[in-house]
Amino acid sequence: MKSFGKIGMVLVGILVFFSCQDEKIPNYQYMPNMYEPVSYETYDEAYFLPKGTEALTPPENTIPRGWLPYGYENTLEGKELARVQISPLDSLQKEENLVIGKELYDIYCAICHGANGKGQGNLVKREKILGVPSYADAARNITVGTTFHTVQHGLNSMGSYASQMSTTEMWQVSEYVMKLKEDLTK
Amino acid sequence: MKKVPYRNRISKVLGVSLIIFLLFSISLYSQEEAVAENAEVAAEEGTADASAGDPAKGKSLFNQNCAACHALNRKMTGPALANVESKLAEEEGLDKEWLYAWIKNSPGMIKSGDAYSVKIYNEYNQAAMTAFPTLSDQDIDDILAYTAAPPPEAAPAVAGTADDSGSAKSSGISNEILLGALAVVFGLLVLMLFLVNSTLRRIAEANGVVLEKERAEKRIPIWKAFAQNQFLVLVTAIFLLLGSAYFAYGWMMQVGVDQGYAPIQPIHYSHKIHAGDNKIECKYCHSSARVSKHSGIPSLNVCMNCHKSIYEYKGNPEGPTKEDLANGYTNDFYTGEIKKLYKAVGWDEENQRYTGESQPIEWVRIHNLPDFAYFNHSQHVSVAGIECQTCHGPVEEMEIMYQYSPLTMGWCVECHRDTNVKVEGNEYYTKIHAELSKKYGVDQLTAAQMGGLECGKCHY
Repeated sequence: MKSFGKIGMVLVGILVFFSCQDEKIPNYQYMPNMYEPVSYETYDEAYFLPKGTEALTPPENTIPRGWLPYGYENTLEGKELARVQISPLDSLQKEENLVIGKELYDIYCAICHGANGKGQGNLVKREKILGVPSYADAARNITVGTTFHTVQHGLNSMGSYASQMSTTEMWQVSEYVMKLKEDLTK
Repeated sequence: MKKVPYRNRISKVLGVSLIIFLLFSISLYSQEEAVAENAEVAAEEGTADASAGDPAKGKSLFNQNCAACHALNRKMTGPALANVESKLAEEEGLDKEWLYAWIKNSPGMIKSGDAYSVKIYNEYNQAAMTAFPTLSDQDIDDILAYTAAPPPEAAPAVAGTADDSGSAKSSGISNEILLGALAVVFGLLVLMLFLVNSTLRRIAEANGVVLEKERAEKRIPIWKAFAQNQFLVLVTAIFLLLGSAYFAYGWMMQVGVDQGYAPIQPIHYSHKIHAGDNKIECKYCHSSARVSKHSGIPSLNVCMNCHKSIYEYKGNPEGPTKEDLANGYTNDFYTGEIKKLYKAVGWDEENQRYTGESQPIEWVRIHNLPDFAYFNHSQHVSVAGIECQTCHGPVEEMEIMYQYSPLTMGWCVECHRDTNVKVEGNEYYTKIHAELSKKYGVDQLTAAQMGGLECGKCHY
């Protein structure tokens, strides 16, 4: 009977040991001071920053790297002013820009606007988001300038995509959107 | 002998099956008719309310043109539109002509100073409605007919899902009962064995049979015999040591490896729904994976790109699976998680505007490389063009995100040895690839041959 008790104790010990291997907590490390960074890392908590988080919007009157200041305001008047703006990208490299534009469009826009710009993306087909117009819609009459304005500032239910793409990338997408519009209205 | 056919029984079976068949077909038929009647009645009501509009056509027009900013019974970017025509007529005294003019050219009406136009424009944060000059009066009639009487939801589908859940429950119960019964039977068997054993012993004692146990005690006990045989002791000791060394090595190798780590996140975010069901690109949210070292956690404005419109979880057309229900992943549960997002980002659902009171969400980081190893996402995602799933596993099937790969150095090195460098469309590599492939005498260089195993590439 004594041996039973001992075996039981060993079993309980093993159980306790393996129950520590929980998927919800990280594993042990050999030398944590080599694993854990000393410096501040991305998305860390930092007590001296507002709300204790490092993930903050850039301070006012500064421009993030890769972005350029955009002079048109987030109003309908601003959008109308932007209508006549032309793309600042090199027109000799249009082909290359359209290839990159398509890549980015398929990531960020096609989910709602559809791969061909008809407004029939997967989220629309599944009736999660409704009311996405076709680029060929005559009433909207989009130009490369208004497209960029919309990507930069958002419009009604569509949010701004300026946090996901740099200024050049947004122009590349806008040029690709205009190509889709041409294909649709052919 | 002569064979007698069972005439009676066959005819009986046939008769009963015919009755069953008729019974079911009748009920099916009657139900369909009832639904059809309902639809007809509703359609008639609709046409009666709005003069000569087609609600079905109106629905498709509404979804195409209006639904981005308007819902029937809910404020969105613009006001709720259920019964908008009769409401306007009663409360504001505005007729259909006003609606035609407004829909076709709302900015013009605001400019001309129409009282109600200016009022509604200011009420909704001066978000101007797109003008729809392409819609004809008939189109607008159709849309108004739809807002007055939306076509009835498909009733049979609802009944079907209800049935499904019922059967799921009953099958779950029956499984439990089966298991319970099996356990009871097993317990009874064990009990019986004990009882038989004890009775046999008692009978043996009564008959004066001496049990073998007592005789055995006169022999040398087996452990003593084992201890006396030194060779056996040596062999056993070696085996024991080798065995424990094997397990000790295995245990020590997994220290610091977090494969399978799946922490609880502050918001239950399902990659299965977003990347699997809705097929949203990984890089839509993790956009910095294209251009930087980190594959960033999306800031909340990226969530709000879609969740400004998607305020509740409606699930798949086929409804939640049994597995989801067993885990408590109901539609209400997911809707609650979306509300957590609204709270964190400070989105006032009632008035459709940001309150400005936001709270950062403390996501728990899953993939933690040690500080002494350098890894750059953009090099792998943009330059090498590797699919995210190669390292992160089937994320589109993960309800709860977990670490799929071990992230050990051996794992990195193995892939660098097996994977060829992607040179197409990359001028940066053209020259070095030509020279190195000549040196190694191969057509395609692996990442390792290109220097992917040099210590200083990752450790510095």
